[in-house]
Amino acid sequence: YYPPLRPVRSRWLALASYSVMCYLAGVAWFMGLAFEPFTLRTYMSENAMGSTMVEERFPAGERALATGREFAAHKKKVGGMPVDWLVKTMQSRGLEVFTQSFTRKLPFPDENKERYMVRGTNVYGILRAPRAPRTEALVLSAPCSEGNNNNQAVGLLLGLAQYFRSQIHWAKDIIFLVNEHDLIGMQAWLEGYHHTNTTGGDWSPLQGRGGSIQAALSLELSSDVITSLDLVLEGLNGQLPNLDLANLFYAFCQKIGVLCTIQGKLQRNDWDTTSGYSHAAQTMMLMVLKQASGRPWGDHGLFLRYHIEAASIRGINSFRQYKTDTTTIGRLLEGMYRKLNNLLERLHQSYFFYLMPSLSRFVSIGYYMPAFGLLAVILLLRALDLWVQLGASPPGTEDGVAGGVQVSYGPSSPGVLSILTPVVISHMTGVALYTLPILSQEMAVQHFPVSETEAVVLTAIAIYTAGLALPHNTHRLLQGEGTEEGWRVLKLVALLYLAVLLGCTALINFSLGFILALSLVPIAAFITPHTPKALSAAIMVLLSPGCTLLYCVFVFQELQETPVSLQDGWMLFLSVISQGILDHALYGSLVYPLLALLIYPCWLLLWNILFWK
Amino acid sequence: MAAHRCNIFMLVFVLCGLTYVFVRADIEDTNHVKDAESVAVDIARKANIGASLRSTKTEDQTQAAEKERQWEAETNPADAPSDNKADHVHDTMQNLDSRPAPYAKDQTQEAAEEERQWEATEVKEADHVPDTMQTPDVPPPTPAKDQFQEELVIRPLHSGDIYASFQFRTMWDTDFLRGSKVSHYRLFPKSLGQVISKFSVRELHISFTQGYWRTMQWGQPFLPSPPGAELWVWFQDTVTDVDGAWKELTNVLSGIFCASLNFIDSTNTVQPSASFKPLGLGNVTDQRFLRYAVLPREIVCTENLTPWKKLLPCGSKAGLAVLMKSEKLFHSSFHSQALHFRPVCQDWKCKSTVWELRQTLNVVFDLHTSGQGKREWSLFKMFSRTLTEACPLASSSKVYVDVTDNPQGELFELSPTTPLLSQAVVLGDRRTYSVYDLTNQATFGQTRSLNMLLRWRAAESGDMLRPLLHGERYVAGYGLQTGEIHTLMYNNHPYRAFPVLLLDTVPWYLRLYIHTLTVTSKGRDNKPSYIHYQPSKDRLRPHLLEMLVQLPPNSVTEVTMQFERALLKWTEYTPDPNHGFYVGSSVISALVPSVVAMDTNSTRECPLFSSFFPCKEESSYFMRVYTEPLLVNLPTPDFSMPYNVICLTCTVVAVGYGSLYNLLTRTFQVEEPSPGLAKRLANIIRRLRGVPLL
Repeated sequence: YYPPLRPVRSRWLALASYSVMCYLAGVAWFMGLAFEPFTLRTYMSENAMGSTMVEERFPAGERALATGREFAAHKKKVGGMPVDWLVKTMQSRGLEVFTQSFTRKLPFPDENKERYMVRGTNVYGILRAPRAPRTEALVLSAPCSEGNNNNQAVGLLLGLAQYFRSQIHWAKDIIFLVNEHDLIGMQAWLEGYHHTNTTGGDWSPLQGRGGSIQAALSLELSSDVITSLDLVLEGLNGQLPNLDLANLFYAFCQKIGVLCTIQGKLQRNDWDTTSGYSHAAQTMMLMVLKQASGRPWGDHGLFLRYHIEAASIRGINSFRQYKTDTTTIGRLLEGMYRKLNNLLERLHQSYFFYLMPSLSRFVSIGYYMPAFGLLAVILLLRALDLWVQLGASPPGTEDGVAGGVQVSYGPSSPGVLSILTPVVISHMTGVALYTLPILSQEMAVQHFPVSETEAVVLTAIAIYTAGLALPHNTHRLLQGEGTEEGWRVLKLVALLYLAVLLGCTALINFSLGFILALSLVPIAAFITPHTPKALSAAIMVLLSPGCTLLYCVFVFQELQETPVSLQDGWMLFLSVISQGILDHALYGSLVYPLLALLIYPCWLLLWNILFWK
Repeated sequence: MAAHRCNIFMLVFVLCGLTYVFVRADIEDTNHVKDAESVAVDIARKANIGASLRSTKTEDQTQAAEKERQWEAETNPADAPSDNKADHVHDTMQNLDSRPAPYAKDQTQEAAEEERQWEATEVKEADHVPDTMQTPDVPPPTPAKDQFQEELVIRPLHSGDIYASFQFRTMWDTDFLRGSKVSHYRLFPKSLGQVISKFSVRELHISFTQGYWRTMQWGQPFLPSPPGAELWVWFQDTVTDVDGAWKELTNVLSGIFCASLNFIDSTNTVQPSASFKPLGLGNVTDQRFLRYAVLPREIVCTENLTPWKKLLPCGSKAGLAVLMKSEKLFHSSFHSQALHFRPVCQDWKCKSTVWELRQTLNVVFDLHTSGQGKREWSLFKMFSRTLTEACPLASSSKVYVDVTDNPQGELFELSPTTPLLSQAVVLGDRRTYSVYDLTNQATFGQTRSLNMLLRWRAAESGDMLRPLLHGERYVAGYGLQTGEIHTLMYNNHPYRAFPVLLLDTVPWYLRLYIHTLTVTSKGRDNKPSYIHYQPSKDRLRPHLLEMLVQLPPNSVTEVTMQFERALLKWTEYTPDPNHGFYVGSSVISALVPSVVAMDTNSTRECPLFSSFFPCKEESSYFMRVYTEPLLVNLPTPDFSMPYNVICLTCTVVAVGYGSLYNLLTRTFQVEEPSPGLAKRLANIIRRLRGVPLL
């Protein structure tokens, strides 16, 4: 017994209007998250870090800068990491010093950082806490970068090491790490520390450890005085540290009187003006885009995999009048470490899933998930509609007219084969997109006048584009005509598949899930073989994952107030693709495989439906 | 009548007072005699250098020898008493000269080489020789039934830190097993004695440690101990219910030491089969009478120190114990206090046993946190006290300062200087000590107080000889499902392999996959020659793994084992579940080839004939190394808001909505009057027959 269905046309209209409403509501909800009255003020949840008073007395900023200059001189002399000098300096400050060497061959040359065969050494010194049994540790790291960057960070790190060493109140070992080749060195060190090997790097085992690491800060400082400190939170695969770490940083910036930013943006108090709102929205959008990229945005990003709360602190020197000296930054770090040292448990009280429209405001998972939910519900509504249609399809229904097209039901229900073929073929294309660019780079370099990096990126784009020709080829494999019921079943599968994919993605990395949903949900909702082919195809291509990435590049540049021309934007797009592939190969970022192996095939299924015969 | 009684009381009181005075005088006399004896030892040294070497060994309570004995006891328990005999030869000081010194001649040359130093000693000693010359003629008094010795060893470490080790030894010839008959206590702490006799304890070793001994920076400690609290007890073989006695004993000790030893239960108690053999006399090796437990989380502070100090005969009123001020002792890098109770030989013939109670306290003071960064140490800087007297009850009271690396005073300067030197083989290494005898008033000098000062001459102290054995442990992997425990054992000996015993106790909530156990050295599989594994039982007992592994020379041996993290019941989580759960230290026990033996071909000048065969006694020594404890995070539910909300809502739903729903949906019926007896009977029969009821 089926209840009488509403006329197909009116049902279609109702559904379309619901879908549009949901979509608009989702977008509006998301944009509303940046509006200050809708957000919560950050607060310290961890009692162990909250009420305890800490005095910051770090005095030796000037000496730290001198050490930094000495470090720079040795770095220039050696032409890289001055390992011996660092070892000696750390030892003289009373640390237990160890080194770790690592080598890494990239799958193809990294043109942004100009490296291919990477060989380096990490140096770290452990300050052993008195009367502590080596069970817990904190990490302070500074990268040893090329050129004149981050010398002050290393100087300050050594200065803090010396100062911390003379204090008795440490309850956790503190590891002072100077890592070479930024993230590659950090990856080697972390894998050495935890004795894992996820990406096939080659590193020497670590000699000294300090137990389970509770928190880590990475320091980047390239000038003697700074105007503000920027906090970087986004880590690998869009993981974020516990919000309490951001709160701690903010609390100390307030206490000591240092300007602090997030995404390079100061917070403003004029939330009720348009410019105030758009400032907050920009800050949040930047965070969303950075998180969606799934790459570590600072050296801290790799710690998060090991459940170590970590953030990068970056000194920024702009043209403001108000300057902060190194002693003050040292005091800020001292305060933060003293409080982290007071921790009795790992940071767990506050949120792990949040967005920040400013450093003092946050949006928790409970507030932002409805925005995604409103988009995802469209897919489910559509799927339900199709399900009902398929269930109600036996002959004898009152009207078979939909959109002026005669619906002809095939004599037999579509075989599994007719559904399975496009599914399998799209996924094969996805696998090709995932594997071929790196495998075929040598061949491409031999036959075309391009560099390895270009070869990889262009191969990826070529395979991606070649996928567009699939529907024609898929049908050759099929016996006979595709039925009307066939595409409905295929679309049902595609809708549910997409809903599950996006849902899971959004749970882990909300930003990525939301951006993909923004572009994929409209086409998934409205695509049928009966829509106008040329227009639909154009829209589909414009909303495909690749093009979404291109828009994101432009939007990101725009938000960072460094707009680029189309030409530069395209070059940036190409480098983003190569970086994505490298991130996956080097650090195990999951965005590239997710897009290539799952999202792109799913989009191809929809493409197949458009060209269903 | 009342007055009469009062007189009697007065009489008794006076008698008691007199007795006390006599006894006291007697003790002091004894002490005096013993002073004389120890000086006599020094005289004897001059007479016969070889013999003196042996006697100085006595003064040191040679660690190595003890360790050796322990190992012997482990390997061949039946021989233990006879081995002990050799050592207890040294413990008796009376017939020092009459005994032949078997290897005296070998040592003569070496001593001669250091003659300058010894001569210097003689010159300074000369002034107080005459007044003690006559003492050797006095016949040794009959030994008291109990005696007390105290000593402090100060060892400057290469890192610039300083290591201070106190040892207090009480020996008592009594029989604790007679139960309540032991009632008169003099030097031995009564609270402990009663416990020992009640629970029929044969050996008891307890240690409280705050911090981790950094073997690579500090070398070997005299008495190793794991972070937290460690307790191991051998019961007499007359005890029938060992588990019951153990349970009660831990609770009693918990009270005595103000520690959480009551948390020792079956889930953290094991019975090691090989690693912890009795250190004292006796050939009981049945591990049924052994219990071993570690509480890695135990935090040691003043409240544990105070009861420990109270067990000393002089308390902290006199003697070396005055140095133990808690604000200084706990302003250090490492703090460990221990108590060892065991039976030992009474004399060198070892015809009867006495009970030995040894209380030790080890502290390492940190150079950097002690302010100013000046490489300078004094008793006052370390303890904010100086020494003014020995404990009047002590038969010997000495302070040793390790001057091995400082023969000419080029490394540091020690003041006041002391004429006495002593040599001992400690942990396989031949060490030289400056000795300050506190029972000798001359030690305190004009100021009536002793405040040793060590002032470094060189900014850098030379390289330390790498410890031959050390261990490390860590948890590998990430995520909350599985993990891997890695234990690294380093053999730094350049050419000698030696076997070690590894003991691992892992709580049940880490489910060990024992099939993943691998032991590799130098990249190759290293098959253990002995494995004793006792699997855990959930909520009942921990995993116990003991292995005998041969460590190849100059190598790292890695033992790995995978585990799965169990999901606990929600009441089983600690109040701070996100801190993680502790896994106690592994214990590595080994018979390590001695550094002295390694030295035979080195540049140190010694006669050729003395160094061809490394002498047996010194060729290897027993050593125990503890690895760091582990902190492992288990999958933890979010105990905060959502969890509370769920609990609360469920309660509200169950209680409030449930009963309302029940009321609303229940159909009410008028109850029928109960059927008569005949009908009920008929129904029973019908039910048996399977026919519908009436």
